[in-house]
Amino acid sequence: MHPSSDIAISICDLTKKFGDRRALDHLTLSVKRGELFCMLGPNGGGKSTLFRILSTLMQPDHGEAEILGHNVVSEAAAVRARIGVVFQAPSLDGKLTIRENLLCGGAMYGLRGKELKQRLRDAVSVVQLEERLNDRVETLSGGLQRRTEIAKCLLIRPEVLLLDEPSTGLDPAARLDLWAALENLRRDRGVTALCTTHLMDEAARADRVGIMSAGQLVALGTPSELTSVLGGDVLSLTTRHGADQLAQKINQHHEIVATVVEGEVRIEHPQAHELAARLAAQFSDEITAVRVARPTLEDVFVARTGRLFAEQEHE
Amino acid sequence: MNNSPQFLWTPVKALWWRDVIRFLRQRNRIIGALATPLVFWLLVGSGFGPSFHNSASSTNETYLAYFFPGTIVLIMLFTAIFSTISVIEDRREGFLQGALVAPLSPATIPLGKFLGGTTLAVLQAILFCLLAPLAHIPIGFGQALLLLPAFILVGFCMTGLGFLVAWPMDSTQGFHAIMNIFLMPLWMMSGALFPMPVGSGWLYWVGLLNPVSYSVSAIRDALMIGTPLVPLSDYLFSLLITALFGAVTFGVSYYLVAHPKKKT
Repeated sequence: MHPSSDIAISICDLTKKFGDRRALDHLTLSVKRGELFCMLGPNGGGKSTLFRILSTLMQPDHGEAEILGHNVVSEAAAVRARIGVVFQAPSLDGKLTIRENLLCGGAMYGLRGKELKQRLRDAVSVVQLEERLNDRVETLSGGLQRRTEIAKCLLIRPEVLLLDEPSTGLDPAARLDLWAALENLRRDRGVTALCTTHLMDEAARADRVGIMSAGQLVALGTPSELTSVLGGDVLSLTTRHGADQLAQKINQHHEIVATVVEGEVRIEHPQAHELAARLAAQFSDEITAVRVARPTLEDVFVARTGRLFAEQEHE
Repeated sequence: MNNSPQFLWTPVKALWWRDVIRFLRQRNRIIGALATPLVFWLLVGSGFGPSFHNSASSTNETYLAYFFPGTIVLIMLFTAIFSTISVIEDRREGFLQGALVAPLSPATIPLGKFLGGTTLAVLQAILFCLLAPLAHIPIGFGQALLLLPAFILVGFCMTGLGFLVAWPMDSTQGFHAIMNIFLMPLWMMSGALFPMPVGSGWLYWVGLLNPVSYSVSAIRDALMIGTPLVPLSDYLFSLLITALFGAVTFGVSYYLVAHPKKKT
């Protein structure tokens, strides 16, 4: 691939095993330049392994990955010079102040003197940390630490940002700030971002989402593409007695597929509203609550893996 | 971005500076690395004192004086261990994660760490030397001049030992195990605690082949120069072996960083 191509991250047949477990199972994917891409999946689904391989910290057993045309294994130095990495556990020194952490972080990229100070000012203004520069990192809240980590990453002006669960420890407002910052970077500097997450609402903000389960990509597309392929809305029924019996009865009487997920009967249907009214009348003595909702990425995950997201997380 | 020496130097300085600042901001570490060997020196020194006789020495040195150089090496070893043990967690969920994904020469992290650890070990050794009068050890200008290069090289070696143990480790528990079964015996069998037998026997060979022996001798020789027993050549020889050992630990550290295990 030529460095000037419009593909920022190219992943081909990537496989990584730990003992008998395949953390990555022949994963193939590309991310375009300037794209905000979210890799969604439960913990243990292979996202972190992918993140570590892309950030040059781990080598795959098989397959290749390139960032801006440079192979992450054979051209690790070229890749490192172009990526900014936001770690799940911030790569900060708690004993140092925000300013000292940023100065040290910049020095790792050969930055020093006036240039470094100017970049430091720019970076902290993006994440609004100007007032806290002399605070020791260990005294900061999780949200402020995350912002420091992001500032440290912005300092080096990367072309590609890799973020591992960047919202960990952030309150909802800080999460919004983070996404606003990412969107600004993309708009102003054309930065490409690949972000791993296990949060559905976070993934829904991305340009494209990949859903990973057991090391494989089980779905790929824009959030609306993914939810629209489910063929309608999602109908959930709460029952008085047993969800299993009701699902069985519905499956016998209607040509639809009712499944039981977390003690609720669940049906995807193009005319979910009408169906809801019919079923509520027909099984009025059994149904205690009816809910019709637009499908979410969680529904996509359930549809593609047959399991709830949370169930897989606890495996 | 390039890998010119200047670019190597900027991150090395930052890592070095970070280690020193971290240490100064954790007073319990300064005290911890000094106090344990100090108490050890006073208690063991006072206890063994009356029954101590060094057959290899014709001077009537007290045990407190004999044990003084060994205590300095122990202080340096402890300081180096405190400084390098942090590598284990730092590179999984700390500052070093960032250094590992930066376009750095593989020499950068060991060099920054070695220089940081050496600086701290030398500072602690100098602090302890203030107690030399207690053991009736005179430290004049001459001794100080000879001690400083010895401190720097010994500090470098001790940091090297710590780094070599810490870098491949997954947990600090593992480090403590290695410290107890490897680092402490290395120190004990160096002539630090008792004079190693001369001429034959397994202890003699252990002492001869143990690189830490030369760390202890370099410091002992520096303190004893001026007495007719220790010629300058002995001191220089110990210094040379210590320098070589330091170079080996650095070389191996460089190799470990440049060739990470495939699994991690």
